[in-house]
Amino acid sequence: MDNNLLLEMREIDKRFSGVHALDSVDFSVRKGEILALMGENGAGKSTLIKVLTGLYRKDGGQIIFDGTERNFHTPQDSQRAGISTIYQEINLIPHLSVAENIFIGQEPRNAFGIDWDSVNKQARQLLLDNGIDIDVTQDLASYSTAVQQMVAITRAISQNAKLLIMDEPTSSLADDEVQVMFSKMRELVAKGMSIIFISHKLDEVFTICDRTTILKDGKLVGSYDIDKITKLEMVSKMIGRDASNVLKRTVGVYEEKPGTIPLVHTKNIDNRVTLHGVSIDIRPGEIVGIAGLLGAGKSEYAKVLFGCDNTYTGTFEVEGKPVRLKSPKGAIDLGFAYCSEDRKVEGIFPHMTITENMTITALPRISKFGVVDSKKQKAIVDKYIESIRIKTPSSEQLISNLSGGNQQKVLLGRWLSMNPRLIILDEPTRGIDVGAKAEIEALIREFSQNGISVLYISSELEELIRNCYRIVVIRDGQNSVELTDQDITEENIMKYIAKNAKETEVDHG
Amino acid sequence: MADAKRESGISRAAVNAHLKKFGALYAFLILIAINSISNRNFLAVNTFWNLLIQAFPIIITSLGMLFVISGGGIDVSVGSVMAVAGALNAVIMNGIYPFFPKSILFGVIMAIVVAGLFGAFNGVMVSVFKMQPIVVTLTTYIIARGLAQLIANGKILSFSNTPFNAIGIYRLPGNIPIQVLIELLFIIVTAFVLKKTVFGYQVQAIGENAQAAKLCGIRTTRVRIMIYVISSLIAAVAGLLVSSRTSAADPTNLGALAEMDAIASVAIGGTSMSGGKARILTTVISAMIIQLITITINMNNIHYAYARVMKGIIIILAVYIQQDKSR
Repeated sequence: MDNNLLLEMREIDKRFSGVHALDSVDFSVRKGEILALMGENGAGKSTLIKVLTGLYRKDGGQIIFDGTERNFHTPQDSQRAGISTIYQEINLIPHLSVAENIFIGQEPRNAFGIDWDSVNKQARQLLLDNGIDIDVTQDLASYSTAVQQMVAITRAISQNAKLLIMDEPTSSLADDEVQVMFSKMRELVAKGMSIIFISHKLDEVFTICDRTTILKDGKLVGSYDIDKITKLEMVSKMIGRDASNVLKRTVGVYEEKPGTIPLVHTKNIDNRVTLHGVSIDIRPGEIVGIAGLLGAGKSEYAKVLFGCDNTYTGTFEVEGKPVRLKSPKGAIDLGFAYCSEDRKVEGIFPHMTITENMTITALPRISKFGVVDSKKQKAIVDKYIESIRIKTPSSEQLISNLSGGNQQKVLLGRWLSMNPRLIILDEPTRGIDVGAKAEIEALIREFSQNGISVLYISSELEELIRNCYRIVVIRDGQNSVELTDQDITEENIMKYIAKNAKETEVDHG
Repeated sequence: MADAKRESGISRAAVNAHLKKFGALYAFLILIAINSISNRNFLAVNTFWNLLIQAFPIIITSLGMLFVISGGGIDVSVGSVMAVAGALNAVIMNGIYPFFPKSILFGVIMAIVVAGLFGAFNGVMVSVFKMQPIVVTLTTYIIARGLAQLIANGKILSFSNTPFNAIGIYRLPGNIPIQVLIELLFIIVTAFVLKKTVFGYQVQAIGENAQAAKLCGIRTTRVRIMIYVISSLIAAVAGLLVSSRTSAADPTNLGALAEMDAIASVAIGGTSMSGGKARILTTVISAMIIQLITITINMNNIHYAYARVMKGIIIILAVYIQQDKSR
């Protein structure tokens, strides 16, 4: 074994009831380096970390830490061996004092139990060593996130950690606080500690890390020295597409009729958690795409439009009139429709028939005094089974007996029967086979020809490129760029997904 | 080997599906058979009417419970609400409270209104304040029982020879008890509401997938409140009928454990305990099964406590058969 390696994980396998979360992943960390573990949400980053720290048991593979093969059964196990983890949500106890938090589980003792004097003194000294001068007897919660983050690091140091895992440690820090943390990290590495750094902020990764390991769909894509890879390459490896591909577009330029106002006008939509200023206009009959990494705020924006998130600030106008939607009902009354990215959880009623699934939204319209007109109900179902070609022996079939593509079509039928003005589609082709995919894309273009606006959210860039008149790239909950016509290329989209926030601001002047 | 295994798997699945659909009916027929053999008088027409009369409270409260459970909730306050309705009507009818008119109609209306308020409380707590249905209705179970005892001042209130008693004993031409007619009306209305109305579809959609239901524009808060109100209103009717039949309102025992029989009927009837598709006919049959168990035990001079044990065994068997094994 390479003497320079602190950690080596070989052919790690992990399954969750059928889902292959980690597929024979090789992963190693050298002594004294900062390694960026990269990948989209769901790529397997956290699973890998949890397997390493003993939170999950691996189904296969080997873990060699500090020269010996190890099997950690609990996080305490791995902690004792010298692996410390700092999570995004700090895993300390807010209503204990700073000193207690540092020494919890390893308190110095005297004849009467815990030696509080010594706890407080040592804690204070440790923090001072790390450049923090605070009252260690105060509750941890009374300090800022940045200080709490430093307390967590101090705790890790006090445990003589050899490997520090930092999972999105900067997500709630201000810029200058990030700088303080980075210099602390450099200091630790200089003393021989190794750090695994997980962040979706590419700038930070390129500033602080020496090397990166990229995962996609539970598989290893590769490990690269940071100075030998560009941001664009990194993004294309994370999304798993080659940026040099040129894709055919099937739609042209949106022809705006003079004098039409946008159907939807949003500006600086901000919910302070996932959205930090998204501005998108959707014009009648237009297909607008939203691109961005998972977790960039695409679905969250859709939820604001559909009235599921009422906590936002910013401008939201429909045909020039300001609106504030409090529930999906309000959005539906405006003529909006929404197919969620999670068909199972937010779309279908699995034990109900196609008829029931398709007409549930339309029922109030096809009823008199609350009694459903079953003739009209049947007419709707027959119409859409026919026109959007749902393959089923009968309309009384349970929806869960249909294929993913046909389930999605039932849901499209559900909304089409409402004569919508805007259809919001979040990952409309997820889990659908290629043939059905093409059919659904064709349907979407048909909607637009019939004057229905479409907001098309997808992580499949090719789909967006093929079908959208205009693509808005969102990054970290903010607009990155808006692309139209021949600017819509895979390379361009990836470039803006990867670009850092400051450059973008300059672009907009 | 492998083939044989697969075949037996398929047949077992088929047996399961069959039992799921017809299990309640079989149990019902088996119980009737046992009774016919052990008791020659059982197969008389009057036994049949008696079964329907005695099963009245279980049948109608299980219909109320069907709304709640298929809507994804549960209501354990049914029995206590029955007691409040019975007691309130009795004190008003008996003129114990001088500031209320001594009127049957007023008593009945008050009983139903107060029950409706309890239902609204349950519904609001569950849907607006997002509290667990079992916790909310358990609270109501305690409060309502206490209120019933306060209203009756801890005593059994009896009355006789009032027109109110007639509802419990009156028979239409052809010897058909009027209660059976009311019962039938409740079953038909419930079936109609659940199968034919927007509200019925929405209740089941919420029980099946509340999140999707909300995204379909269903006012889930409002619908949820309504199902608890329905359950309580039906409980009031059941409470009134029981007191009419017995010519008394016992604030401590009226409706005791009625909610358990109602929940059991819905479970045995094959409606998923986590909500969704409501099964009306099998629920009614299951309610009769539960009554039949009690009758069987009584007719054979077995101690009543055995009825409870029997019910328990049948419930656990039924729920086991109904449960989705793939989960």
